[in-house]
Amino acid sequence: MLNLTPKKIYERSALRVNPCKTCQPVGALYAALGVHKCMPHSHGSQGCVSYHRTFLTRHFKEPAIASTSSFTEGASVFGGGSNLKTGVKNVFDIYDPDIIAVHTTCLSETIGDDLNAYIQDMDLPEGKIVVHTNTPSYVGSHINGFFNMMCGFINYLSQSTGVKNGKTAIFPGFVNPGDIREMKKIAKLMNVPFVMFPDQSGVMDAPMSGHYEMYPKGGTTIPEIVGLGDCEKVLALGELTCEEPANVLERKCGVPYELLPLPIGIEGTDRFVMALSEISHDDVPYELEEERGQLVDVMLDAHPYYHDKKVAIFGDPDTVLGLTSFALELGMIPKYVITGTPGEGFVRKATALFDKFGVFDCTAKAGADLFELHQWIKNESVDLLLGTSYGKQIAKAEDIPFVRAGFPVLDRYAHSYFPIVGYRGALRLLELISNALMDRRDKDAADEDLDVVM
Amino acid sequence: MNAREVLLDKYSARVYKNRKEHIIEVDKNIPDQQITANTRTIPGIMTNRGCCYAGCKGVVLGPIKDVLTLTHGPIGCGFYSWGTRRNKARTESGENFIQYCFSTDMQEPDIVFGGEKKLRQAIKEAMEIFNPKCILICSTCPVGLIGDDIHAVAAETEKEYGITCIAFSCEGYKGVSQSGGHHIANNGLMRRVIGTGDRPAKTKYSVNILGEYNIGGDSWEIERVLKKIGYEVVSVFTGNGSIEAIKNSHHANLNLVQCHRSINYIAEMMKTKYGTDWIKVNFIGLEATISSLRDMAAFFGDPELSARTEEVIAEELAAIAEEREYYRSKLKGKTAALYVGGSRAHHYQLLLKDFGVETVLAGYEFAHRDDYEGRDVIPTIKEDADSKNIESIEVEADPEKFRVYLSPERYEELKGKIQLDTYDGMIKDMNSGSIVVDDLNHFETKEFTRLLKPDIFFSGIKDKYEIQKNGVLSRQLHSYDYSGPYAGFNGAINFGRDLTMGLYTPAWGYINPPWKTKSVLKASLAGGDK
Repeated sequence: MLNLTPKKIYERSALRVNPCKTCQPVGALYAALGVHKCMPHSHGSQGCVSYHRTFLTRHFKEPAIASTSSFTEGASVFGGGSNLKTGVKNVFDIYDPDIIAVHTTCLSETIGDDLNAYIQDMDLPEGKIVVHTNTPSYVGSHINGFFNMMCGFINYLSQSTGVKNGKTAIFPGFVNPGDIREMKKIAKLMNVPFVMFPDQSGVMDAPMSGHYEMYPKGGTTIPEIVGLGDCEKVLALGELTCEEPANVLERKCGVPYELLPLPIGIEGTDRFVMALSEISHDDVPYELEEERGQLVDVMLDAHPYYHDKKVAIFGDPDTVLGLTSFALELGMIPKYVITGTPGEGFVRKATALFDKFGVFDCTAKAGADLFELHQWIKNESVDLLLGTSYGKQIAKAEDIPFVRAGFPVLDRYAHSYFPIVGYRGALRLLELISNALMDRRDKDAADEDLDVVM
Repeated sequence: MNAREVLLDKYSARVYKNRKEHIIEVDKNIPDQQITANTRTIPGIMTNRGCCYAGCKGVVLGPIKDVLTLTHGPIGCGFYSWGTRRNKARTESGENFIQYCFSTDMQEPDIVFGGEKKLRQAIKEAMEIFNPKCILICSTCPVGLIGDDIHAVAAETEKEYGITCIAFSCEGYKGVSQSGGHHIANNGLMRRVIGTGDRPAKTKYSVNILGEYNIGGDSWEIERVLKKIGYEVVSVFTGNGSIEAIKNSHHANLNLVQCHRSINYIAEMMKTKYGTDWIKVNFIGLEATISSLRDMAAFFGDPELSARTEEVIAEELAAIAEEREYYRSKLKGKTAALYVGGSRAHHYQLLLKDFGVETVLAGYEFAHRDDYEGRDVIPTIKEDADSKNIESIEVEADPEKFRVYLSPERYEELKGKIQLDTYDGMIKDMNSGSIVVDDLNHFETKEFTRLLKPDIFFSGIKDKYEIQKNGVLSRQLHSYDYSGPYAGFNGAINFGRDLTMGLYTPAWGYINPPWKTKSVLKASLAGGDK
């Protein structure tokens, strides 16, 4: 496996090998799926949306709907205005969503299609809405696409009426439905009235009923997005993912925001809980304190199996930072911490975590790829890999235990139903990590060393 | 109204006008039933189609294991086509390029100022790190729009590093589906690779397998059977593919065409340039495999080979007889709908028939009319603007390498017996009353599932969960749901096993919770004393 990867590291400035990111539109599509009765629409060649729907479906094992402007060579030369117009008409006719969320592609961006103008010129059916965002694939990554689509919704829809609605907006970041459900559970326990935006729970984890619902029950509703402008405050979870939309909402509607890391691990979750407590002015209920206590209990019980173990963590910036933080809380050494998404904030934050826990010789890099990570590992190995499905190649090549977390996980089932956020999510991560390391120990043990009790 | 009419009735006038040409009900009483295919998808329709890049890099070039295939474009396209099509490949050394994704990961300045510089640099780095013998460059949408000359960069690369470097202008917006990309990949391989090798075939019974991508290991099962009979497989296009083997493919005496759509251009051009005849085979399905093997034996016309063919068929059938009967007993009488690519929707009907499963609907994603109606209609297909944009290359007989295996008399004799240098299409194998749909979309999938009530709907991942949410088993015929092989004798049994498993898994019985069918409140309401 990966036998062409040499140990010797060459400086590369142009060749990307085994990326740890993908392009903006798929992030925009995922964000739009978190809006109730919304049809994501890809303004470009139909191959883009085919790849994106395929990709999301492979991660969630759920249908991921989206339509396309189906550009041909003609549209690429003369502009995609008429394709969009026809597309929007057909989508409302045939699929009847309440709202269409258009994102661009490198194709429509390169030819400079003016989506604002196209959308303004459209005759829309009564009560139907079209919004858009620009998602050039040659800038940033799917994370940018995700927050750009959030900004698109806010720009088009959110309004401040001057009367606050008493709610807190929670921006959950690029996470799984299972994570969103956990965040909601915590917010409810904390007695904070909230709007979750976007909200893929109930959409990308819809139950089997024998009847396919094109628009399942979940998703942030349009009135809720409009009402974001009247929220008291935004808790933007995932500092590198949610700052931009929080900013846009503040500028547009004057809603203040608090940036927090994703609530992964103890401290991340503590900060989320404390922020909610400041809003509700309520005590933290025993139920959450119990969950936290249980987590710490198990952390103490199982620490010999992961303390001082070296881990390589890879995936999306905020997820990786959260996982790094939790790894440090467990006493692990996050030897290599990478994301494919470019941005210096990532390295700064990761380094701050290293410093805080006093670990040395750990490397953080943004805009990195899995080829580079593999080469580092060839030079100095780790005990565990923690990240997305493509890590399985390295895990196999180097025979390293592997725990899947983040996006995408294409080769396992049910993962998206379970959280990695909150105290419960941390407990689950702890179980996955310690199981992987302990399975390894069992596998490597000589017969006389195999412990039945551990 | 029949199912077709009920469905079409739900469309607006404009969509109706378009879609009615793409949907037909098979009627054996009507000679030469026509279908419209290979035309633009209407914007807004949730199509399953992909793009030109997906057809070129994703389908035809991607499986080649001993070349470095470099995607020139922003990161997405390269990323999505990385290890996702299950084209299995192994090498003796373990050095295998298809485990990797290579991209120039173009950034905004590359779009604004041009990406050739970055492409050159990426190739330089690829040479330093991987030192490949061959690099294939595949372009994505913005590359064509900004005018990067990837062909010039490829030519420079050859000069500078002394390797083969071929550029493919397969921008996603070209053509109307993946089909244009197949053609572009075919052209590149024909122009630059096929015929450049000087390693002759070892035996008379030498064949190439065209349009077999070794998904789930299909090609390995086919090759196992062919080798057992005594054939030499010179090259496979392109499953477990090797550029070195493809270079020598013109030395084979016969081309076997499995996926007609994606590779028929090469089959035709090799016939013109090297004189290599092709036959349309189908190694999906037991009866289909047997008939393909007999056609091959007929082509070579050697009684010994024919005898050996029958021997192997008997042996293979005997080995699977018990399992075949078991799965047939579980599957007989079921009905299926199929929506796949440009050949499988045809091939799998025959495998289903082996197990007593009838096909009620079949459709192709990116086929042309000849895939439905047979190659005889090719002269009558009108070229439109979209197909004109895909280059058709003309080849001539190679004065040195052109050779014909069959005598003119033998050729004429065989012509009537087997599908020699031609393909009769899918519709001829279908029953009256079954439905054929070109470029089936999300809405039609849902409606036809409701109207035709198939027991199994074969399609791809984008449809799979929509169909299953409606209570109907869906199996992926692009990826085989991570199973396979499904080809040949052993593959048929794998298929029967997977299908049986899917239909009989206990989960289907739990969809309705007991409280939906029995009132739990009844006792307390009726019994006042409780």
